[in-house]
Amino acid sequence: MNGIPILTLLTALPVVGAAIALVTGKHARGVAMITALASLAISLVVWMHIPADGSIGLIEHHAWAPSLGIAYQLGVDGLGALMLVLSAIVALMAIDASHRVHHQPGLYFGLVLLLQAGLFGTFTALNFYHWFLYWELSLIPAFFLIKLWGGPKRGSAATQFFVYTMAGSVGLLLSFLAVFLATGTATAPGSMDFHHLSLLAYTGELEQMVTTHFGAHAMLWLAIGVLAGFAVKVPLMPFHTWLPAAYAEAPSPVTMLLTGTMSKMGVYGLLRIALPLFGHEIARMRTPLLVLAVLTVVMGAWASAAQKDLKRLFAYSSINHLGYCQLAIFALAVPATGAAMSAAADQAAALNGVILQMFNHGITAAALFWFISMLQQRSGGLRGIDDFGGLRRPAPVFAGLMGFALFSSLGLPGLNGFVGEFLIFRGVFPLSWVAGTISVLGLLITAAVILTMIQKVFTGPLPERWAAFPDLHPGERLAVAPVIGLMILIGLVPQLITDSVNPTVVNLLAHWRF
Amino acid sequence: MNYAELFRATLPETVLEIAALLVLVVDLGFVRKAAMKTRAGCAALVGIAGCIAALWVLPLAGTYSAGKERLLAAGGSAGVAQAGILILTALTLFLLIDSKFSRNPGEYVAVVLMSAAGGMIISAAQDLLVIFIGLELLSLGLYILTAFAKQSGKSAEAAVKYYLFGGMSAAFLLFGFSYLYGLSGSTSLPRVVLGTYVAAGNGGSPLLYIALVMVAAGLGFKVAAVPFHLWAPDTYEGAPAPAAAFIASVSKVASFALLISISSVGIHFMESLPLTGGRMILRAFTSGTPQPPVVLGLPYGWGLILTVLSAASMLVGNLAALAQLSVRRLLAYSAIAHAGYILLGLAFFSWTNASAQAILYYILTYGLTTVGAFGVVGVVERATGTDRFDGFLGLHKRNPLLAAVLLVLFLSLAGIPPLVGFWAKFNLFAAVLGVGGGVVPFALVALAVGFSAVSLYYYLQVLKRAYVMPPIDETPIKVNAVTMAALMLIAAGVVVFGCFPALLQNWIASFDPVL
Amino acid sequence: MLAWTIYLSFAGALVEVLLPRGRAGLARVVALLFALAGFGLAIAGFAFGMGQPRTTIVDVMWVPSLGIHYLLAADGISLVLVLLTGLAAVAGVLFSWNIDLRTNEFFAFFLALIGGVYGVFLSFDLFLLFVFYEVAIVPKYFLIAIWGSTRREYAAMKLALYSFVGSSMVLIVLLAAYATSGSHSTSLVDLAHAGLSPQFQMWAFPLIFVGFGILAGLWPFHTWAPTGHVAAPTAASMVLAGVIMKLGAYGCLRVAMGLFPHGMDPWGSSLIGIGSWRDVFAILAVIGIVYGARVALVQTDFKFVIGYSSVSHMGFVLLGLMTLNQIGLTGAVLQMFSHGVLAGLLFAIVGRVVYDRTHTRQFADLEGMHLSKRLPFAAWGFVIAGMASMGLPGFSGFIAELQVLIGSWHANPWWTGAAGVGIVVGVAYTWRALQRAFFSDRIPTAHQLELEHGHALAAITWPEVAGFSLLTAASLVVGLYPKILLDAIEPAVKTLLAGGVQ
Repeated sequence: MNGIPILTLLTALPVVGAAIALVTGKHARGVAMITALASLAISLVVWMHIPADGSIGLIEHHAWAPSLGIAYQLGVDGLGALMLVLSAIVALMAIDASHRVHHQPGLYFGLVLLLQAGLFGTFTALNFYHWFLYWELSLIPAFFLIKLWGGPKRGSAATQFFVYTMAGSVGLLLSFLAVFLATGTATAPGSMDFHHLSLLAYTGELEQMVTTHFGAHAMLWLAIGVLAGFAVKVPLMPFHTWLPAAYAEAPSPVTMLLTGTMSKMGVYGLLRIALPLFGHEIARMRTPLLVLAVLTVVMGAWASAAQKDLKRLFAYSSINHLGYCQLAIFALAVPATGAAMSAAADQAAALNGVILQMFNHGITAAALFWFISMLQQRSGGLRGIDDFGGLRRPAPVFAGLMGFALFSSLGLPGLNGFVGEFLIFRGVFPLSWVAGTISVLGLLITAAVILTMIQKVFTGPLPERWAAFPDLHPGERLAVAPVIGLMILIGLVPQLITDSVNPTVVNLLAHWRF
Repeated sequence: MNYAELFRATLPETVLEIAALLVLVVDLGFVRKAAMKTRAGCAALVGIAGCIAALWVLPLAGTYSAGKERLLAAGGSAGVAQAGILILTALTLFLLIDSKFSRNPGEYVAVVLMSAAGGMIISAAQDLLVIFIGLELLSLGLYILTAFAKQSGKSAEAAVKYYLFGGMSAAFLLFGFSYLYGLSGSTSLPRVVLGTYVAAGNGGSPLLYIALVMVAAGLGFKVAAVPFHLWAPDTYEGAPAPAAAFIASVSKVASFALLISISSVGIHFMESLPLTGGRMILRAFTSGTPQPPVVLGLPYGWGLILTVLSAASMLVGNLAALAQLSVRRLLAYSAIAHAGYILLGLAFFSWTNASAQAILYYILTYGLTTVGAFGVVGVVERATGTDRFDGFLGLHKRNPLLAAVLLVLFLSLAGIPPLVGFWAKFNLFAAVLGVGGGVVPFALVALAVGFSAVSLYYYLQVLKRAYVMPPIDETPIKVNAVTMAALMLIAAGVVVFGCFPALLQNWIASFDPVL
Repeated sequence: MLAWTIYLSFAGALVEVLLPRGRAGLARVVALLFALAGFGLAIAGFAFGMGQPRTTIVDVMWVPSLGIHYLLAADGISLVLVLLTGLAAVAGVLFSWNIDLRTNEFFAFFLALIGGVYGVFLSFDLFLLFVFYEVAIVPKYFLIAIWGSTRREYAAMKLALYSFVGSSMVLIVLLAAYATSGSHSTSLVDLAHAGLSPQFQMWAFPLIFVGFGILAGLWPFHTWAPTGHVAAPTAASMVLAGVIMKLGAYGCLRVAMGLFPHGMDPWGSSLIGIGSWRDVFAILAVIGIVYGARVALVQTDFKFVIGYSSVSHMGFVLLGLMTLNQIGLTGAVLQMFSHGVLAGLLFAIVGRVVYDRTHTRQFADLEGMHLSKRLPFAAWGFVIAGMASMGLPGFSGFIAELQVLIGSWHANPWWTGAAGVGIVVGVAYTWRALQRAFFSDRIPTAHQLELEHGHALAAITWPEVAGFSLLTAASLVVGLYPKILLDAIEPAVKTLLAGGVQ
């Protein structure tokens, strides 16, 4: 991009916005809105300018602390750019949904924007040091957003969230320290450069270095450390226990950010870091990992069926949906022995599915929590699945628009949710038919859960007290409509995304060694 | 007997004696009816003038020998000590101006000057008899000075104690001297020392060790080394402040100068003993030429005794000081501790004149600091009626300048750089370690440095009252301008000599021994 | 030019003494001006001296008879620490803006202390270094004893005595080295080339390392630190933790390790894996890291948490020193800077912003005060400072601790593992303090609400904001662009490693 450090600008913009929002107080939402819109615009520009061959473009590279092998390296490919766009959209939605924040709005929107900056940074960084910086940085605003504006049990929820994610980060950090130490020599420092490390991993040198430095099996332990970091964030069962409480207690706009974007950081990490560096080890652990992924898919769906609180219901549903991503990721890590070549097409399909699913789930889940927040506004804080009934009559537009989101989440063909899940299963079945088959259970249960929810909330007898349930007012409709439009658009024309993502997928797969 | 030579050798002392008489004449003859203040001022002024005059004629003083035996040395360490005595005496006289303990300032000044003359004699003495006479001249004056506050029972009690202990120690000293004479057949210091070596070489006559112990007891009393220190706390507490300052500074300088003379001789003899003996004595005065390092020759002897005294003084002085509640007693115990440090320098005495210079540096700066400290104590005592710690409460508010002087002086005593007390310690300990390796000197230096750390505690106890704790009484303390000027001069000296230690070192080194 | 940092500070102290009493405002402004001038010089000196080898600033014969020079010089390590001192001085003055009791005396002692600290960092003559080192002890006694809080007289005396005992150990070795070397010079360079025998170094090293280590909070000689920090007035705790503890660490590096490198040689025999003084001190450092963090976790007084955290963080410095490799030593120096800034920041928030308003530091009391709402500045300031102190990337602490850990890994992986535990506990205690002091969920009783309405906490003043911004900016700049300091530190460490240590 003609030497303009657009990625740095993109990350810096929300930071500046946050600083301004902090001091503007009551007008902070406007500031945040403008910042988010500008971020969206820039992220779209980035999306337009990624290299067509799927490699990493828009690279910025500056020496930073050479003695530590740290450089300031930024760059995006299709995956990164898509995540940037997603973050920008979800942040915009969240800010739009936050019009009821009266208590310390400056701080609130400042934190939201900081969180957004952390996301942008995470999705663009190519060196462990500042990637980790942004990874951690996004955690802090999220913690305070839950802690200060959350529901009644916010304290413990926030702490749980923080402790789990921090523990995961420790695993990440330790693994990377080990990698850094192993790649260093007496004279030259080690490396923290993702690209450089992935090349080393591809040729098998990395494993050799780690083994000579730390002994046999060390590489496997490092892989486990890194996976732990991501597994908490996504989450993978059994590391999910922080999530329902956090999603339920956080204010809805924050939940939108948590589920829409922060959970994607974990998946992104798996694709950008775990597979390139530890693909071989993940392939060795494929079976247990697949078991966990299937467990996440099925149990996530199953648990959501048992929920009475809508927020918790969709929290578990989120676990389920991201379980598909992990299922596909672990499934495509086919050990290099055997029919590796024949699997290439399936792997590509699965990976395409994963990336699409990340985007789709981000949009859909955020939209769902947005609707729940609107529901809650109207119900005076109630959000139990049994508290409502027959709402389609007093609020048809509400029911209709939320219906789109719900069916997208359910995976109805023609809406965006379908495309990703289809591609995932298209890839997973040939790679591991057992896992694929069992996971279909998850699809079915989710469908049942969502249909039950629709039935209980929107159809059936209308309780007396909801007779005057207000419908979406025009402003809200205007705000929600583009999102629903996007769902339909991607459902109908998935090429909008896949055309750019597919080269990235090919490029990624070519650099992974299983 | 050459009287001209004798007159020349004792010219400074003579000047002091004349000044002493002059003081009496002026005081009793001219200003007898005047106000106390005027009388004290006049007496002090004449006394100070006498000191300055003596200082002026000091370079003229030569050695004095009777036959082959030298009786009085001149220049070198003796010269430094004499100059120091005169300066310190003048400073203590400044403290007199403002004090009211006596109605006879003239007599006081006269006694001070005579004592100072005694101190000058022992600084230069090279003969046992001269030493003894000088010591008695000094001591008698000190007993009188201690008792000078005639209205104060404490003063009288202190004087009696001092006198009894002093008399006893003089007896010990004389006893020791007589044994030494018996062993060597001479009262001349070099010959006496030679005699001790001969005696030691002959299988170590027990008489020699008795003699050494006796002498050590006598001199240990003068420098207040443990276990001969018992008089010090009471005397420091009971004597009038200017007298206490005089005892703590001038008498110490003189006594240590004497110890230096004894040590210098002794060391050189060790070196020359295997050679021809007596003829080499003269080399004693050409020290400074590079010589092979000399370790203490006697397996148990003078050095050992001094080591024991030194360690005991450091230990008892510092630990006892921790428990004091009176500033004067605190200063007494700290004086004992400081004597311990200096004795360490004497126990490990160097062949070069590094040790002598370090000790002189120490004792002079210590004397300077102590005079200032007693000056402050005197002022505070007059204002609050007590020298206990509580009297110093809120001093920084009552008189900030005085408090600042106290701060500087006490920190210097504790050995905090860049004040002069630190340099003194550093110089001294470097000299001790420079004498030779070995675990013992190192361990003793470590002990001494460690005790310096302890000493900070008790000095800070006083400073804490002055600066930290809330005052009981906030009325300002007024100080006579002259006294204040003298105190500030002392404090400035402590700071300046601390920042530029070479000034004083060069001054000390500039005194060449007169052959 | 850098020498003027020393002279200016002492001149400032003198001016403060001479100022008329009762003109607190004037005293503050004067102090700030002198501190700023020193800081400006430090920045300029840093900018000009960065990347250059050691440059001599002043070299005058001071005491000819003992071969002592007045020798000021600066290399990269000195420059960084001088910069830190300037920073701490300015921040310290800013956070002492509310001192009304004997204001001019306070700033006089403060500036004298700062002058001594500058002196230590710039001295290249062992003797001169020692003199400045001692000069720094006395003012801090009075700062704590007069203007301190909890058990101030006890704490001040303890601090003074610990420091003095430490410095007497240094003095003993100084004397012994001077007497043994026979080089008739106390210049650090001359002494390093004097060829002191390994046997001598073998016992001199531990003695002097402990001597300096006492001030650096070396476990188990650290006990002065928590009480001293807690009792000290805010500016003094800031300088105490921020700079004075660095004096000790600097002494360990420059003097103990620089002059007696053979003291760290193996003994030839080993006891439970400890085969040299280096192992001993590294293990003590690790114990300090873990112990400090562990104890900080259970404190009920807010300031004690920070006090013990200082012990823990200084453990990283000492551990970094004992790694004896480029990266570990660089990390140690960077950690000195980082901890200096962060400890200052934390003490400023706890001591000045919170305590001076609430008059309590007990978590049990603070929990009921809703400080996150009533003092948002303090709460968010502590969030930022706490994050930095936890070692979150982006702040100076992360890269410093990272380097130390990497260095220690090369030396002995077990040390790294144990120190890692300390980091985890560090996150925990910071988090606990943050939660309990500012973001407690406790519902206030009606009585408390009434009290709150009756006593609005004083508004945040500009000096606090300025000081906070200054320190935060320093930590952020170094965290985001560590090269700025590393470029100065690395060559100096390389020279040091090549010249003496190992």
